[in-house]
Parts: sequence; structure tokens; C-alpha cells
Amino acid sequence: MNKIIENKKLSENVIQVTLEAPFIAQARQPGQFILLQVDENGERIPLTIADVDTNAGTITLIVQVVGKTTFLLSCKKDGEEIAYVVGPLGTPTHIEQFGNVVCVGGGIGTAPLFPIAKALKEKGNHLTVILGARTKDLIILEDKMKAIADEFIVCTDDGSYGIKALVTQPLKNLCEKEKKPDLVVAIGPPLMMKFCSETTRPFHVKTLVSLNTIMIDGTGMCGGCRVNVGGKTQFVCVDGPEFDGHLVDFDNMIKRLNAYKKQEEHKYHECKLKNA
Amino acid sequence: MRHLTPEKLQQNAQEILKEISLKETLTPKDRNSIPAQEMPSQNPLERKKNMQEVALGYFQEQAQLEALRCLQCKNTPCIKGCPVQIDIPGFIKAIGEGNNQKAIDIIKQNSLLPAVCGRVCPQETQCQEPCTVGKSLKDVNKAVSIGRLERFVADWERKRIVETPKVKKETGKKVAVIGSGPASITVAADVRREGHSVTMFEAFHKTGGVLIYGIPEFRLPKKIVQLEIDTLKKMGVTIETNFVIGRTRTITDLLEKDNFDAIFIGTGAGLPKFLGIEGENAIGVFSANEYLTRSNLMRAYDAQNVDTPIFKSRRVAVLGGGNVAMDAARTAMRLGAEEVHLIYRRTEVEMPARVEEVAHAKEEGIQFHLLQNAKRILADDYGCVKAIECLKYELGEPDKSGRRRPVEIKGSEFIFEVDTVIVAIGNDSNPLIKQTTPGLNTNQWGNIIADENGQTSLPKVFAGGDIVIGAATVILAMGQGRIAAASINKLLES
Repeated sequence: MNKIIENKKLSENVIQVTLEAPFIAQARQPGQFILLQVDENGERIPLTIADVDTNAGTITLIVQVVGKTTFLLSCKKDGEEIAYVVGPLGTPTHIEQFGNVVCVGGGIGTAPLFPIAKALKEKGNHLTVILGARTKDLIILEDKMKAIADEFIVCTDDGSYGIKALVTQPLKNLCEKEKKPDLVVAIGPPLMMKFCSETTRPFHVKTLVSLNTIMIDGTGMCGGCRVNVGGKTQFVCVDGPEFDGHLVDFDNMIKRLNAYKKQEEHKYHECKLKNA
Repeated sequence: MRHLTPEKLQQNAQEILKEISLKETLTPKDRNSIPAQEMPSQNPLERKKNMQEVALGYFQEQAQLEALRCLQCKNTPCIKGCPVQIDIPGFIKAIGEGNNQKAIDIIKQNSLLPAVCGRVCPQETQCQEPCTVGKSLKDVNKAVSIGRLERFVADWERKRIVETPKVKKETGKKVAVIGSGPASITVAADVRREGHSVTMFEAFHKTGGVLIYGIPEFRLPKKIVQLEIDTLKKMGVTIETNFVIGRTRTITDLLEKDNFDAIFIGTGAGLPKFLGIEGENAIGVFSANEYLTRSNLMRAYDAQNVDTPIFKSRRVAVLGGGNVAMDAARTAMRLGAEEVHLIYRRTEVEMPARVEEVAHAKEEGIQFHLLQNAKRILADDYGCVKAIECLKYELGEPDKSGRRRPVEIKGSEFIFEVDTVIVAIGNDSNPLIKQTTPGLNTNQWGNIIADENGQTSLPKVFAGGDIVIGAATVILAMGQGRIAAASINKLLES
């Protein structure tokens, strides 16, 4: 059982949950994630870690409510408990001095991106941050990112905040500069990561993406999370979650994410009716 | 299909037993004339729609009769076939005499998990293979049913109040056991008994390892495993679930920060193999590990109450011929598939699955396709499985394993319509601990190297079970656990 210290709404469908998890807080490194099961009969879902407080022994998750499990999580009140949390899982991000680094966050993808960006900055990289979302309300962690970025760009699809553009546009501009990026880290919805990878490909700029696929155990045992990377089957939970975006078969991955879509929608609908 | 009801089997046994009890002594001829006792089971037409245990266990009369079939051979070939050398003739004799307590006491001298092993051991290749009775009847399936008798007395005991094993005075020494499957359960019990404090770490939220996530309820009821875990708890073993060694904490942390005096690694074989064929990442292709974990550990079969989804299938192909393949095929049937096809590249003789599981699978309507193998999986525009292309094989010369090597027949490809493919062709070793433990030696397959005492290349660190031997059996894992526990106890004694 893990106690919820604080559960707050960041926007209509985005919550920020701070949980008691001392061992995870201590062990976690940028790029890693957790698996969570809200109650005994719940499903295990992978969620990224936005921040930790090792002194308080807490971890902070930023979660978009998309189905039953995340909805139930959003209903939990401060002081209530989550049945199971396990982690930190996945291979940590390889942090070194690359030089010119661009971190691109799409929607709540900014949450797992933040600790990575911070670590890259601390290693002495020149950090450019591009944040993007559909609309203004969905931009998260802007202040925190701004505080660590050497250059900061924000854009929205509808133009309600920052420049009216997809993140790929400023990314392309940066790639076209004489001093192009040495590394791009793009985290967000699968399509956004796919198009970021397509944007940097012609410029041969190494692009890391962080995948969030269907998982059960998160330790390599089930293989449900597998993706095709450069023609080889890889497990997101142990080989990833970060991969070279130029090698990931995003189309297959996106299809696999929909494997249980009907059943998931049905459960979510049922649950919302019950909790209405 | 012939299926005798449990009542009928009991009645038959009662009659024969009555006849026999009139005789003062039984000659070998008398013993030989006792019919091999069939395992009472749920009706196949019923059970393929439920998750309850298929094999119901012998009745007292059947157990006694089956025990009386044993010739009490002086040279005890059965003991030589048992990986943990249980005194088989001894416990069988006790059952024959109606002394079940004595029988279970004898078994427990060597085995910690008789209710589990009696159900899942491949007896026909172990203790029952060299049985004189089976040899004289020229049919290994007519050997004395040692496994069923083992199960019988273990179940008999479970219905009584079982004393918790005695624990010696606390020594103040600390032992970490990583994993909670059969090897780890054994180590935890044997080490705790000596008075050392034991903490068991399990990555999942439930303990029992493969016995929980892998083997279905219909073959091994979860309450049997739970009882073993409860016993450990009563003995004072601390259990930490949702704790991944290698991630939440490393082996080095356990030694250096947490001051454990010894560590046992029993993490099992946990990295599913895939075929490396076209289409295997299509929607509807699963490792048996995933499929079974969804159903067993997460109870996805109970869709009314549980959130974990499982694929709804109409026509399923299961690739493989081991117990896991049988479990997956039979689970798919229970989850409502119209047809389940098992595809295996050798013949039934070479199948590694237990004979009883193969028989049960067939009775339940699983269709066997032997000497065939998948060549590629075809998907529709949505990326969902629509068919599988197979290739026919014939048996060639024996390979290293002594089994005749299947050789493909060129041009024999054919396409078979399915919507689900479950891959059950084995597991590789999980690299998590290897990658995070400097100095821990592994072999070319990634299995941890341990000597005959279970000692790894690191001081104070021992290992056993599938992570050492590769995917094997519960009894071998338990046997290795026993040895490692003895080594740990010896280490801590000094």
C-alpha cells in the first residue's frame, strides 16, 4: 500500500499525484518509470515519474486521465492509498555531455522529460526546451522547464499560447541552423514522437524517444511491451523505455497500443457511469 | 469420448478393495492384477468452460489400491528417478496400510511441496519411468501412479491442522531470498528453520512465482500455493512484494547497505522467446507468459470483476509442445475460443508436456497439429492477426537432445486462418540481476553460474532454480533450493 500525499488537478484531464514510495524515491534515476495498480482488482499500468523527493520519500506522477485506471486514480483523495506501486523500472537515461541538446515535450510527455532535461543541464549541456500541446491548458511544468533551459520555446496547436505550431516546426528550425543539435530527446504522444523523429532524420540528428506501451510485469517476463526497433524485437520495460527514434517502428507500436481498446473503452464507460 | 464419473471410479475401487482384503497376503501376481487407478476428473465438456481443478484426486480406496500395486522392489528404481530421492516405496507402503500420516511424514523428509509436485512433476520421465510395474506391463502409463499418491497424502494432510515447522532460537543472522517460486520457498523454509531471519523479495504483488502467474488454477489451485506462503509467514519469514531486486534495490545494496549475511537468487526463467518470424508483433500475438499472467495472476478470466483485459479469440494457434503450451491452449478454450489449435514441430512422443496434460488437452477438444511449424503470421490492415502460415516437417536424424530432428518439407507451406497466436517455445534467462550485479558470473545463455553447493561467483551469494538450470521443473528447482539452503546454513553456522 502506498499513501497519496497529494492529488491535485492540473487541468481538465491531467492530475499530479504525490505518493509515498521511499525505496523508489531513493533508487529512481531520470528516464525510469513505475507500474501501478489502484486496487486489488485493478489493472497494472506503467506511469512515468515526474519528480521525486528523497528526503520525504515521495514520488510525483503527472497523469492524463484516459481510461478506467487513471480515472480511479484521479478519484483518490489525499491520504487514501494505492494498492500497489512497483519500480523504478526501465533502463535510466544515459546522461553525458553531448553539447547542444534539445528536449521536446508534448502534452504530459513533459513530465518524464523534466528529470532528464534537468540531468542533461546539470552535466553541462546547452539546453533548449520546446514544449507543445493541443491548447494552453495542457502545457505543464512550464516554470520548472523555463528555469533550467538556456533557450525556451512553447507552442500550441490552436495558438492559444506561445507560437501557433506543432513542436516539429521549431525543431526543424533548430536542425536547419549551422550549429545543429547534438541530441534531441522527444517525449510525448506516439504520433508526436514519430514526427519529431521524421523531422530530425534528414539532418542526421540523434533522437531519443521514450515509449509507453502495454505492460504487465515491467521486468521482461511478459513481452507485452515489445516493439520493433531497427528490425529487432525489443522490450520497452528492460531494453527501454528510451530508443533511437529513427529506428522505432511507430506504426506497429501505435497499432499495438490499441489491442484492448474496445474492452478498455467499455470498462471506462461503465466506471464513469458508476461514479457519476 | 470415454469419461468415467468420480463416483463410478470410487465404486469400482471399493469393490476391488473388498475382494482383496479377504486375502491374507498379496502375491506379486495379485498385485499385478489390480487395475491401475484412473484419476477422477471433471467431465471434459463441463470443465472446458470453468477454471476449477480438472484432476480431482484419488479417493481413499483408490489410493490404497494403487499403493497395493507397488511391488516394493529391493533395488528401488523409482527413488533413482526422483530428483530429490523421496523414499517412494516407503511412503507407498504406508498408504497401502492405510497410514496416510506416516506416508506424508516420509515424503516431507525430502520434499517441501508434495501437493504441488504431485500435481505438476513429469512423473512419467522421472520416478514412474523406471517403475518395475510399468516395465512388466510394457507401458509407462501403467506404472504405479507415484505422483497421484503423493498428491493424495499431501491433500489428505492439508485438510487437517498442520503444525507450523519449528524454528530454532534466533541467531541474529539475516538472509535475503529473491523471488518466491518453488526454489525460493524451499530456501526460505530451510534457512528460517535454523533460526536465521529471512526476508523474501517478490517483484509481483502476489507470492508464489511461476506457481501463481504461470500454472493455471485448473491444474494447480492457488490456495495450495497460498498455504505454503502462509506457513512461511507463520514461521516468521518477512515478505516484501512489489520489490524488484536489480531495480528497487540491487544485490550490492542488500549486502552493503542492508547488511544481509547471505543472499539466495531464485528469480526463475523470465524472458519469453519469440520465433523471430514475420508478423510476430501483430495484435493478437502473445507470449504464453503474457497470456497466462493475464489470466492467472491478474484473473482476467473474471472480466466482470477485474480490469485486466485479455484478448477475445475465436480461433487460436498455440505454438509449442510443453506444459506451458498445454496450459495456454486450455486457458484459451476456457476463455471462450471456438477452436484451439496446437502446433508442434515434432511428434507427440517428443512433446515435453506431461502425458496427463496432453491427454486432458485432447479430451477438452484442443486440436493437435504435429510436425508443423509457423513460418510467418499474417495481419490485416489494422495490424491484427488474420492467419498463420505453417510449414510441414518430417523427422530426420536424432539431434543432440537425442530426439529426432524435425526437417522441413520444402514447398509444404499452407495458410491457416486464426485471430490469435500464443507463442510457448520457452524462456531465456532474465538479465535484470546479471546487468546490475558486478562480478556475478553467468554462462552463454545468461544463466547464473552456481557450483554444486549453489554458490555463485560472489561470496555470500547463492542461486538455484530456473535462473541457474534454465527452464526446468518445480522439483528440480526445489532440489536446488534445498542444496543452497544447506550451504547458507553452513556458512552462517561459522
